[in-house]
Amino acid sequence: MEILLALLFGVLLAAAVYLLLARSVLRIIIGLLLLSNAANIAIIGAGRVLGTAPPLVAPGAEALAASASNPLPQALVLTAIVISFGLTAFFLVLAYAIWRSEATLDGEALRLAEPPLLPSTDPALAAQAEPAAQGRGSALPEREGA
Amino acid sequence: MPNRTDWLVALPVLIPALAAAFGAALHGRPRAQRLLTLFSAALLLAAALLLLAAVADGTVLASQMGDWPAPFGITLVADRLAAAMVLITAIMYAATAVYAFADRGAMAEEALWHPLLAALVFGVASAFLAGDLFNLYVWFEVMLISSFGLLVLGGGREQLDAALTYGLLNLVATTVFLIAVGMLYGLTGTLNLADMALRVPGVPNQGAVAAVAFLLMAAFAAKAAVFPLFFWLPASYHTAIAPVAAIFAALLTKVGVYALIRLFTLVFPASQGWVGPLMWFIAAGTMLVGVLGAAAHWEVRRILSFHIISQIGYMIVGLAIATPLAIAGSVFYILHHIIVKANLFLIAGAMQRIGGSFSLARLGGLWRRDPWLGLLFAVPALSLAGLPPLSGFWAKLLVVQSGFAASYWWLAGIALATGLLTLYSMLKIWLEAFWKEPPEDAPEAAPLSRRERLLLFGPVVSLGLITLAIGLWAEPLAAFALAAGEQLSTRQEYIRAVLGGGGTTP
Repeated sequence: MEILLALLFGVLLAAAVYLLLARSVLRIIIGLLLLSNAANIAIIGAGRVLGTAPPLVAPGAEALAASASNPLPQALVLTAIVISFGLTAFFLVLAYAIWRSEATLDGEALRLAEPPLLPSTDPALAAQAEPAAQGRGSALPEREGA
Repeated sequence: MPNRTDWLVALPVLIPALAAAFGAALHGRPRAQRLLTLFSAALLLAAALLLLAAVADGTVLASQMGDWPAPFGITLVADRLAAAMVLITAIMYAATAVYAFADRGAMAEEALWHPLLAALVFGVASAFLAGDLFNLYVWFEVMLISSFGLLVLGGGREQLDAALTYGLLNLVATTVFLIAVGMLYGLTGTLNLADMALRVPGVPNQGAVAAVAFLLMAAFAAKAAVFPLFFWLPASYHTAIAPVAAIFAALLTKVGVYALIRLFTLVFPASQGWVGPLMWFIAAGTMLVGVLGAAAHWEVRRILSFHIISQIGYMIVGLAIATPLAIAGSVFYILHHIIVKANLFLIAGAMQRIGGSFSLARLGGLWRRDPWLGLLFAVPALSLAGLPPLSGFWAKLLVVQSGFAASYWWLAGIALATGLLTLYSMLKIWLEAFWKEPPEDAPEAAPLSRRERLLLFGPVVSLGLITLAIGLWAEPLAAFALAAGEQLSTRQEYIRAVLGGGGTTP
């Protein structure tokens, strides 16, 4: 079982790295999702797959049965899944906001924070290359009460 | 029942957590949110002072949450370093909270600013107190998700791009951290840092331990923005609104440095042969690349962002040399740097308000327009460059001295050269923004009202006074840093405090 999990971890990690190196933001986000799942598999595998019985001490017994599963990695993975779900949701919204404001999801074309002309040896050119004064609420949908 | 120790250690976690929760619940009631932020910042400051007073004599406070004994439950630990970091976090919380009242970007989205700031402080302060590797991961994520929200406050187009770069690279780093947590659990069977420290030497497969240690180092190095993994920082920090940039510059990378110091003094002390040499190159590369990157830019916030990177290098120098004196140097450097760097970003925001731009070509004549701003800029700028009698001088002195004492001449030499180049960048800002005649196309800026002036300059003056106080009266902090370095190097007190009497045998 551990061998199988290790192989799955390797495959997920390879796919994640391939996708993370892509130009498209959506592919990168999917790569991130695969990477976090690879991490979950790694935790389950590293924690040993001991058995399938619930990890509860039977009435009258002093210790866990030998066939009990290891509950700790499962608790860790549960936490990690929730976190990764929340972050993926954030990135999907971010990608949507970028698509709405820039009409592209090509990582190479998104050079707003780091304009291609920077750094420059000439301060005047550098000042021109800077993005225009910060817009307020131009890209994101209006928030209620904000 | 929780006793005094439990409250002391748990309050810095509870206060910002409650502030974030109530802050979110008070959405749409700006006045209540403001009061809540001020109140919780004051409360956190008081709690952090009490905590520091309790650990200043060298005791390590450990508290088992829910009374589950270590190493099975969640442990919060405060030693000298952790308590000092919590205090400085509280100072930053208060300073940015006050400054933000006069910042248009933060006030335009006030309903989000208050809870997000509290959540960030919650993640950071808890990460400093975590005694458990998986908890550290969770605090990193708390910090990360609230920092995403803070980074896009203002809704500028370039902020979306910045958030994407920042978020993706940081998330990859934390996922690598999580993979390493799982593997280290598989190798040692524990997640408690103190327990891990005892078990790591006994693991039969030391090669696997080295691999996991490398994964952890890579993950924290990316968080700390050191040499080959820093790209997210100069791509994002300059887009954030002023108070957000200040608190990011102060705290986020320092949590990475803190995690590096904690892990590589407690769990993997220099026993791993490759850690030292690798860190020498990381430290040297970080210092040089950061300071040269800063020299190439003409925008105040971009220059300051690159200087964060070069300053992180100094902190890694201490960890690379790894003598108690060197680690003390790192501790002193972190404490000094947080105050100075946050202050410079706050001043950059004020320069933009008074001068109308962040670009050096468009700024000019600020010295004539507002001499006080020039004076307030000079204190942290010269401190950053390491000029006596300011705090940066003593921080650099400790680091460089430890380098010479351990005969790492070349590393100490690079540190000194970096200091000189830092001075060049600070002089560049000074000459261009303050002394130069204002250019023809200088943007018009509305004069600050009396209230805005008070709110913007209040935190700046306070942080400047702390810098001055550390500089003129360095002895207490230096003694504290030396004691913290000693405590981190010996490890025994930490392990005994967490695991009780059974923790002495390896």
